[in-house]
Amino acid sequence: MDFSRHEHDVLIIGSGGAGLRAAIEASAAGASVGLVCKSLLGKAHTVMAEGGMAAALANVDERDGWAVHFADTMRGGQYLNNWKMAEIHAKESPDRVRELEEWGAVFDRTKDGRILQRNFGGHAHPRLAHVGDRTGLEMIRTLQDHGVHQGFDDYQECTVTRLLKDGDRVVGAFGYDRESGQFRVFHAGAVILATGGLGRAFKITSNSWECTGDGHSLGYHAGAELIDMEFIQFHPTGMVWPPSVRGILVTEGVRGEGGALTNSEGRRFMYDDIPPLYTNQTADTPEEGWRYVVGDRDARRPAELLTRDHVARCILREVKEGRGSPHGGVFLDIAWIKDRIPNGAEHIKKKLPAMYHQFKALADIDITEEPMEVGPTTHYVMGGLRVDADTQMCTVAGLYAAGECAAGLHGANRLGGNSLSDLIVFGQRAGEHAASYADEHGRGTLEDSQIEAAHREAMAPLERQDQTDGAGPYGVQFELQDMMQEKVGIIREEGTLSEAVEEIAALARRADLIGVIGDRKFNPGWHTTLDLRHLLSNSEACARAALERKESRGAHSRIDFPDKDKEWGGFTVVLKRGSGGGMEVRRDPLPPVREDLQKIIEEQS
Amino acid sequence: MATATFKIWRGDADGGELKEYTTELTEGMVVLDAVHQIQAEQAHDMAVRWNCKAGKCGSCSAEVNGQPKLMCMTRMGDLPTDRPITVEPLKAFPLMKDLVTDVSWNYEVKKRIRPFKPRRPDFEDGSWEMHQSDVDRVQEFRKCIECYLCQDVCHVLREHHMHDEFVGPRFFVHNAALEMHPLDTEDRREDLRTSQGIGLCNITKCCTKVCPEGITITDNAIIPLKERIVDQAYDPVRKLIQLVTGR
Ligand SMILES: Cc1cc2nc3c(=O)[nH]c(=O)nc-3n(C[C@H](O)[C@H](O)[C@H](O)COP(=O)(O)OP(=O)(O)OC[C@H]3O[C@@H](n4cnc5c(N)ncnc54)[C@H](O)[C@@H]3O)c2cc1C
Ligand code: SF4
Ligand code: SF4
Ligand code: FES
Repeated sequence: MDFSRHEHDVLIIGSGGAGLRAAIEASAAGASVGLVCKSLLGKAHTVMAEGGMAAALANVDERDGWAVHFADTMRGGQYLNNWKMAEIHAKESPDRVRELEEWGAVFDRTKDGRILQRNFGGHAHPRLAHVGDRTGLEMIRTLQDHGVHQGFDDYQECTVTRLLKDGDRVVGAFGYDRESGQFRVFHAGAVILATGGLGRAFKITSNSWECTGDGHSLGYHAGAELIDMEFIQFHPTGMVWPPSVRGILVTEGVRGEGGALTNSEGRRFMYDDIPPLYTNQTADTPEEGWRYVVGDRDARRPAELLTRDHVARCILREVKEGRGSPHGGVFLDIAWIKDRIPNGAEHIKKKLPAMYHQFKALADIDITEEPMEVGPTTHYVMGGLRVDADTQMCTVAGLYAAGECAAGLHGANRLGGNSLSDLIVFGQRAGEHAASYADEHGRGTLEDSQIEAAHREAMAPLERQDQTDGAGPYGVQFELQDMMQEKVGIIREEGTLSEAVEEIAALARRADLIGVIGDRKFNPGWHTTLDLRHLLSNSEACARAALERKESRGAHSRIDFPDKDKEWGGFTVVLKRGSGGGMEVRRDPLPPVREDLQKIIEEQS
Repeated sequence: MATATFKIWRGDADGGELKEYTTELTEGMVVLDAVHQIQAEQAHDMAVRWNCKAGKCGSCSAEVNGQPKLMCMTRMGDLPTDRPITVEPLKAFPLMKDLVTDVSWNYEVKKRIRPFKPRRPDFEDGSWEMHQSDVDRVQEFRKCIECYLCQDVCHVLREHHMHDEFVGPRFFVHNAALEMHPLDTEDRREDLRTSQGIGLCNITKCCTKVCPEGITITDNAIIPLKERIVDQAYDPVRKLIQLVTGR
């Protein structure tokens, strides 16, 4: 066995917003920190975030405050959220955003020189601090440029394949360098998972190749519990044409700036179906909606800014009923605002430069002149590792999770902008608490047998070069993605979900036989084979949780149970690896919301 | 079905060659799609970097028909397909494998640049007053996605290999973003002049031409930095003010 060995107090897996923020905090606490990521530093998925980060700074509307943000987050999550996380998030996000400014971030400004905030779906007031439509780049670059001076070690283009344990406690991780194929063993007092989402389990997605949900699966196989895995967010507006760009995100910021969703008849169809939870807050007419966009404080939000789950379903309905656009989506029109404001075309380019560029370059469409064609795309996973609200510790000792791979804050549906703020609020907390855990408990013992098992597992595909499954790793992956899209997608039902569970098992058996050609040096075939295990494990978790929840709520829609069920509103679906190795599904009752917070929810409805 | 032929560089630091692959084209395809298709169907072990496939992360830089490009933003429809399309790795950095180069030098350079140092906050909550007109210029520089295409075309790095004396256009942009940040109090002019070698830039503007983010690297970043350095070195009045104010 050849490997290099690294000792750290805190090992952080993932260098998106959550991992970087955790690394900065743990370093500040005096811990020796290792930061591992699959890509180069600064390229993590966070870089793609567009619209902004939600924080009740109240710079644009002084009626905003943490209580309103808290209530919005809970309503958006259909009250399945971990209310304690929602409270912490609403209270701490303004400080975390201001801290980014202290580290060099340059947000767009209000007229009086403060951080500008924009409208987004489900937020009662303009709340998203942003930089045009490249907010994620601003966040990651700020954290990266500040972070590299804080003294942590980074291991770029290194993929972790397994967590290493000492009895019931996680004490390290095993991984390989993408370039050389060299193995690395990390021994650490505490490990933080900050590995992001799992959109790559589906065919149409806004997520990059990295988003195979490695942290979800690494944690699960180390014994940690997953919750809310039935809740996958399908963003209503992804590109649909041309085929090669299908799924690429069109930011909600377009609708925040006044973008109208129309069908083939030219109708603003979102105004036809406003859910009861939101009637008080939603405009009756497009006219009122426009007044809201331009800052009329008596007007209510345009129907296009209803929550993502709802908008995605409405788009699907229009397409299904034959009122879609030529390539199977609907129209998103921002050009129409030119009739309403002077210099409209310039305004659009200034506010949505990346969208302008993206459509121009990839689809030959000038969004200041023509409508875009859009349709739902797999975007975000609300489900993930179950964590303690204060410390972000998973249900396994020594293991922490933050960012998209952790669950709880968003409940059944995430509000746009609440992820970027989630990363910095809970990244900070995870860093702080992991460092103090490591300080208190030392590094534990790392047995050779743990390392050997991880080594065997990673080498296996290369050692069966001769028994290649006809389809190879890519073939199995494509089959899985097609199947998940069809059977565990936006609309679900008992029969197809059960089939999905069986098909995943069959694909997993095939994946176990895949052999790959070539050696360990930058071998994407090998990487894909190893990632496939995570995709399969996560797909199984999604399908089983979706099968379990017999109601429709938030991002989870069942044809056979089309309504919200009061009783189900009191349960979380939990997944855990059983002693026999199979996946066990369980329902846990939600703890009652603290009284003062319940009062806030009622006051804000 | 239309097809296209590619010549893709395969090999590592010890040597390699352009290998020919033919693949099917679909509407709207970009070069990165074609490379991935070839990888999935014909060359499982071909190394290529990418992340976002939307021009946002700066991972997929390569030389397409000799031009430095983001592969994910280069449409097949814009390239002639009557002859093979060559795809090669960046030339200004050491080759690792196939289309992947070792760009770690860039990370080391950045670490050497003095970090952001803000003045004291204007308000009690730790924030500042800054107006949009004060930050427009800096925001242009902060659009940089670190694709290093500008580094690749700059002759000082590409042909003269002066990586020890010269930080390259990307890091002049970075310096400019810091130096022109309304809150910053650090002074990087001396470093720029000495260890970062800004004097070696002879304003050929090749870097500006290839920047996928449209940053006007030379006119807006490099030239103003050069002017500041000249001011610093030769302006006695400025020197006096600096002495008195400590800035
Ligand atoms: C196009 C797009 C736009 C978005 N816009 C917004 C927005 O405007 N506002 C908002 O709030 N949210 C937005 N989101 C969501 C948000 O960007 C993500 O949820 C968030 O960035 C996730 O951050 P993270 O730190 O959890 O993980 P990521 O940024 O995904 O980073 C994961 C890290 O983990 C590493 N990693 C993964 N697996 C391994 C492994 N096995 N070994 C080692 N390293 C590993 C990766 O290399 C990477 O460094 C958007 C998402 C997309 C796709
Ligand atoms: S302008 Fe200067 S930095 Fe840019 S390519 Fe020419 S010499 Fe290099
Ligand atoms: S300045 Fe432009 S070309 Fe240079 S690294 Fe940044 S984005 Fe790329
Ligand atoms: S893949 Fe991100 S810029 Fe091309």
